[in-house]
Amino acid sequence: MLEIRNITKTFFPGTVNEVRALRGVTLTIEDGCFAAIIGTNGSGKSTLLNAVAGTFLPDEGSVFIDGTDITHWPEHKRARLVGRVFQNPFAGTAAEMTIAENIAIAMKRGKSRGVGQALSRSVRDEIADKVRALNMGLENRLDNPIGTLSGGQRQALTLLMATWVRPKLLLLDEHTAALDPKSAAQVAALTSEIIARDKLTVLMVTHSMQQAVQMPGRVVMMHAGNVVEDYAGERKKGLRIADLMRAFDRVRRRDLFDAAVANIVVPQYA
Amino acid sequence: MTLVVGAFTMGLILSLLALGMFISFRVLRFCDITVDGSLALGAATTAVLLSAGVPPWAASLGGFAAGFLAGFTTGILHTFFKVQELLSGILVMTALYSVNLRVMGKSNVPLIDTPTLADLPEKLVKKLAGGDSVSIAGWPVPARDVAMLATVTLLVFATALLLQLFLKTNLGTTMRAAGENPQMIRAQGVDNRWMQVFGLAVSNALVGLSGAMLAQYQGFADVQMGIGMMVWGLASIIIGDALIGKNARGTGLLIVGAIMGTILFRLLIAIALRWGLNPNDLKLVTALFVFVALVVPTFAAKLGIRIFGGRRNA
Ligand SMILES: Nc1ncnc2c1ncn2[C@@H]1O[C@H](COP(=O)(O)OP(=O)(O)OP(=O)(O)O)[C@@H](O)[C@H]1O
Ligand SMILES: [Mg+2]
Repeated sequence: MLEIRNITKTFFPGTVNEVRALRGVTLTIEDGCFAAIIGTNGSGKSTLLNAVAGTFLPDEGSVFIDGTDITHWPEHKRARLVGRVFQNPFAGTAAEMTIAENIAIAMKRGKSRGVGQALSRSVRDEIADKVRALNMGLENRLDNPIGTLSGGQRQALTLLMATWVRPKLLLLDEHTAALDPKSAAQVAALTSEIIARDKLTVLMVTHSMQQAVQMPGRVVMMHAGNVVEDYAGERKKGLRIADLMRAFDRVRRRDLFDAAVANIVVPQYA
Repeated sequence: MTLVVGAFTMGLILSLLALGMFISFRVLRFCDITVDGSLALGAATTAVLLSAGVPPWAASLGGFAAGFLAGFTTGILHTFFKVQELLSGILVMTALYSVNLRVMGKSNVPLIDTPTLADLPEKLVKKLAGGDSVSIAGWPVPARDVAMLATVTLLVFATALLLQLFLKTNLGTTMRAAGENPQMIRAQGVDNRWMQVFGLAVSNALVGLSGAMLAQYQGFADVQMGIGMMVWGLASIIIGDALIGKNARGTGLLIVGAIMGTILFRLLIAIALRWGLNPNDLKLVTALFVFVALVVPTFAAKLGIRIFGGRRNA
């Protein structure tokens, strides 16, 4: 179970470039729950995922996984519990190393790494089996540099790597956004399959409302560093894209209203 | 012939340096300047230990260990104190100049009549040849030189093999990935900073070992002997890349390339000196060579040169 308690994060505080990216986000994701996060550009979705992954320390608030306070754990320590797929297909793998080597590194996530041979016979067989199951024909290219693959293929492998050792939490940040439609659909299908099979707890940022509505579990909407909507249970079941559009409109109108009020009020008090 | 044997011996000794730099430059993609200091440190440590009567194998190991510490320091400065890559190397290299003077107590330690790693092989060679010199292609070559050549050949072979095996271990693959994509390796649960520290330590340990052998071969250790070594190593790696071609894949080929590059470079230098190149101009010529390879991209592209082993992500 993931508990995010009142997290705030401000970039460049006290300067003209100040960005209040997270303004007190509280969110609890139950075990085995799939939560899609949607929201406008710059609403703080990636920042929230980064705060959970430990890319930076939050200014305030705390993060718990299964009751353990991990707020002050460094990124690499959290990786024992958290699997991650980035938006950039190049970010999750080492391009010049082979497919098999990349996967072998992921097989050791959260475990000690000694001077045993990385690609022993049994490890190779295990890798070949799982890669064959992807049905992408990659099992014949295990010794090719992973950089020779397409973005979609790399993203599929990154997903495989992030979930090879079952993570307590899987973070997906628009991991299909940089792919062509066909690859994106393929990776999305693979994602659903793995999540269902391993009953993973997932936090997924997406720009596709279609995807958010279709996936089981919750839909969380963010805006300006806050969680503004949280569709779960019965509310989620009846959720349609039109409802999300309306919710988007609401927060946008509120922004306009705030700005208009400010325009009227500020001169009066200035 | 003595000249060729000498160039080969020197090339092999310096290929230990190139192997060390292969780890920092190619595997970690870290431009490490500590090298100039750690080579002299390895030589100084070994020379002092030999003078104190320590057996050659232990003295050489001492040079290795001293280099390890030097690289470790550079790594810690960069990762934990956030000193820039180049600057952390420069700081350690500069500090090592004084350290080396301290270790030796003076600027030069001659090794006269002290044992070396080549002693045992020398006895063997003498026994086999039945005299003080061996005839190679009709030319007499002192048994001592042949023994030295055999010793360093063995040493380089063993080191290259160990390095290649290491790069295929769990730790080795992780280190390679950390050099290429630190973000990825953190996401896989590894503190990439320790990978860097460890890699730099091993890299400089090999450089120290190179210095240890250099001292034994030349018969002295000098506080100046490391100057310009990094650029030499770089030149060797560049030539190695040109030799094995740009499509070369796999660490094994790259390692072999680095060794061949160093030997070829030494041979070229021996020839150039023979033709009347002033030894004082050697470093200028080397620097020019590296400059040309670095700056003229079309030239580099034609030879298929990758100076820093490609891009580093995030
Ligand atoms: N490392 C950083 N340094 C400075 N500002 C940042 C940093 N990361 C994010 N921000 C800022 O914080 C705000 C929230 O960004 P974030 O990336 O979380 O948005 P997002 O919801 O993921 O948007 P998108 O849909 O475009 O990915 C933005 O204004 C962004 O410029
Ligand atoms: Mg984002």
